[in-house]
Amino acid sequence: MRAVDAVMECLKAEGVDVVFGLPGGANLPTYDAFYDAGIRHVLVRHEAGGGHAAEGYAKATGKVGVAFATSGPGATNVVTPIADAMMDSVPVVFFTGQVRTELLGTDGFQEADTIGITMPIVKHSYMIQHPLELPRVIHEAFYIARSGRPGPVLIDIPVDLSRADIPYEPVQQVDLPGYQPTVDGNQKQIRQAAKALAAARRPVIYAGGGVINANAAAELTEFATAGRFPVTCTLMGLGGFPASNPQWLGMLGMHGTRTANYAMDGADLICAVGARFDDRITGKLSEFAPHAKFIHIDVDPAEISKNVPAHIPIVGDAKRILAKLIVEYRALEADASRLDDWWTQIDAWREEYPLRYEDSADSEIKPQYLIQALHQATGGDAIVVSDVGQHQMWAAQYYGFERPRHWINSGGLGTMGFGLPAAMGAQVGCPDAVVCAVSGDGSIQMNIQELATCSQNGIPVKVFIMNNGYLGMVRQWQELFWDRRYSQVDMGEFPDFVKLADAYGATGFRFSDKNTLVDDMREAIATPGPVLVDVRVTREENTYPMIAPGAAARDMVG
Amino acid sequence: MIGVGEPGTKELLSLEELDAAVGLRTGRKHVLSILVENKPGVLTRIAGLFARRGFNIETLTVGPTEDGEKSRVTLTVDGALHPIDQVTKQLHKLINVIKIRDLEPAGTVTRELALFKVAAEGSARGELLEFCEIFRGRVVDVTKRAVVIEITGEQDKVEAFAQVVRPYGLIEMMRTGEIAMARGRGET
Repeated sequence: MRAVDAVMECLKAEGVDVVFGLPGGANLPTYDAFYDAGIRHVLVRHEAGGGHAAEGYAKATGKVGVAFATSGPGATNVVTPIADAMMDSVPVVFFTGQVRTELLGTDGFQEADTIGITMPIVKHSYMIQHPLELPRVIHEAFYIARSGRPGPVLIDIPVDLSRADIPYEPVQQVDLPGYQPTVDGNQKQIRQAAKALAAARRPVIYAGGGVINANAAAELTEFATAGRFPVTCTLMGLGGFPASNPQWLGMLGMHGTRTANYAMDGADLICAVGARFDDRITGKLSEFAPHAKFIHIDVDPAEISKNVPAHIPIVGDAKRILAKLIVEYRALEADASRLDDWWTQIDAWREEYPLRYEDSADSEIKPQYLIQALHQATGGDAIVVSDVGQHQMWAAQYYGFERPRHWINSGGLGTMGFGLPAAMGAQVGCPDAVVCAVSGDGSIQMNIQELATCSQNGIPVKVFIMNNGYLGMVRQWQELFWDRRYSQVDMGEFPDFVKLADAYGATGFRFSDKNTLVDDMREAIATPGPVLVDVRVTREENTYPMIAPGAAARDMVG
Repeated sequence: MIGVGEPGTKELLSLEELDAAVGLRTGRKHVLSILVENKPGVLTRIAGLFARRGFNIETLTVGPTEDGEKSRVTLTVDGALHPIDQVTKQLHKLINVIKIRDLEPAGTVTRELALFKVAAEGSARGELLEFCEIFRGRVVDVTKRAVVIEITGEQDKVEAFAQVVRPYGLIEMMRTGEIAMARGRGET
């Protein structure tokens, strides 16, 4: 069997039903195999689009995403999606072509040291040295990508090796002596955690993307409800706990709610679940949650005590650990009324500091209102995929996510250009869902070419561009911290997005009246095929509240 | 396995008395013995990890083991500069790293080999040879104006010898970095 046909067999054995990619010289044999392999291949317009689409697919479905690129520039174009997947723990396997083995190291045409370039940003990578390795390596790659703390795995295949013939035998299991993720969680530690929680008078559950990755949202909700614990989620954890639940404090961190940040500041015990104490969460580290002890549940032992020392560390899968923690906690029969004072305090914060903005007096659309209108127009049920910037923060604050895998964004790396291709991948993975991309006039232009992919393949994503003519988040920082010296942030009124939509074979709309916005959005969502909507919003609106960089949570502004 | 909710287990924890688990700097040198799969790029991955996370490697040695599919990396890190548990946990994330041991100084044999090229003319030569004897070194090359001496031992001994010969004119010194093995029957 041709090695490339064996690659196809391995993909099928892994349950891959769709891949995203773009062919080139160094992966021509692989593409010959795609010709009649019976695996759906979505031809993207730029390899970065393919990489982000694979991420969006993985985040929406929980399955491993797959992206293909050729050598050299094809491979360097997927560097950003690889880094993005690493930062946000997204399971994606990247296949890159490589020049033939005899040319390796000679600066051959379209040669790049892909393994070397990507080494710091992959969970693992493989350079194929013999075609016989391919089946084993592919199964190892999928296993590594999806297990433990998920992440990107890269397989670099020199073109001559992919042309070889190999005897193909299905691989039944992988053997990785150096890779044995802990999943179960130490029972004694779980019991300690339950006892500490039962003793706590001002507890907070701080949940992150690990809850989503572990499919632990139901367990988190049950656990929080059982203990009457207040819950806040990171940007990556939104949807891990329903926003309509009375125990929901809102998102925490730099643009989180005051209630969530004040609760962290006042807590005596914080139970972190699948979260990593990022600087956007802690603010000034030395003043972060000064009265709290920490329970830290994470599948990656290296995250525990990396930034904030944990008092009760528990390494393992959040779903399994939470299930056990619920049992242990219930057995203690803790008195729920001990939290009365804490809830009184939290309710007072909620009363005094709700998320708020000043609405326009006329028909102007405030960006926050755009998100509220999107919630109304979709019944709060859409998969919302965001780009990066102010619109991302407003979407996180105002959409109110009820379920996991309905909020997809680039958190750790903060990749502008992530939104449209990720929405495309999410829609491919969830063909029956309404998938809405929220973007900015800056972000959308960084991978706008994927609109052609959507049109050609009938991928009906609905893209709402929050158009303020600025690189809005940078402008906000220049306003607040650089004396309003607006350096290189004015994007003008370019391009004409409605015409652009038309040129790409999509449907374009332009909305600028808040009074009709909900109905207008409903119409856009009901329009078949991909839709690009240019929503004109207030030009200089700031994302508030905000913990200024390097400041403490209790000193939030706005 | 402890049973759930069994009698006598309902006393709660005092939060005040909880101590943070780790993350402290130990303030001493640590010798990490790392067993790795003998695969291309393993050393690059380890070196890259140290560079990326801002950990300094003091010494590093790599060599084959009794098992042809595995290699042993021995490296020393200053525990005053870096939290050692974070260093080892990050190393463990590398798929090709099989096992890491932070070797306890008391239970470990360490050795380093060093070569010293020292100016040795006239009466100095005799004195140098005497020192060589005391340090159980070996003269491996002699010319009219210099000798090359081989010293094997723990780091302290190598450093002491360097101190002694420096005044005579230390032309060159080369050191392999430490290798380390756990004492007794057990595997390192």
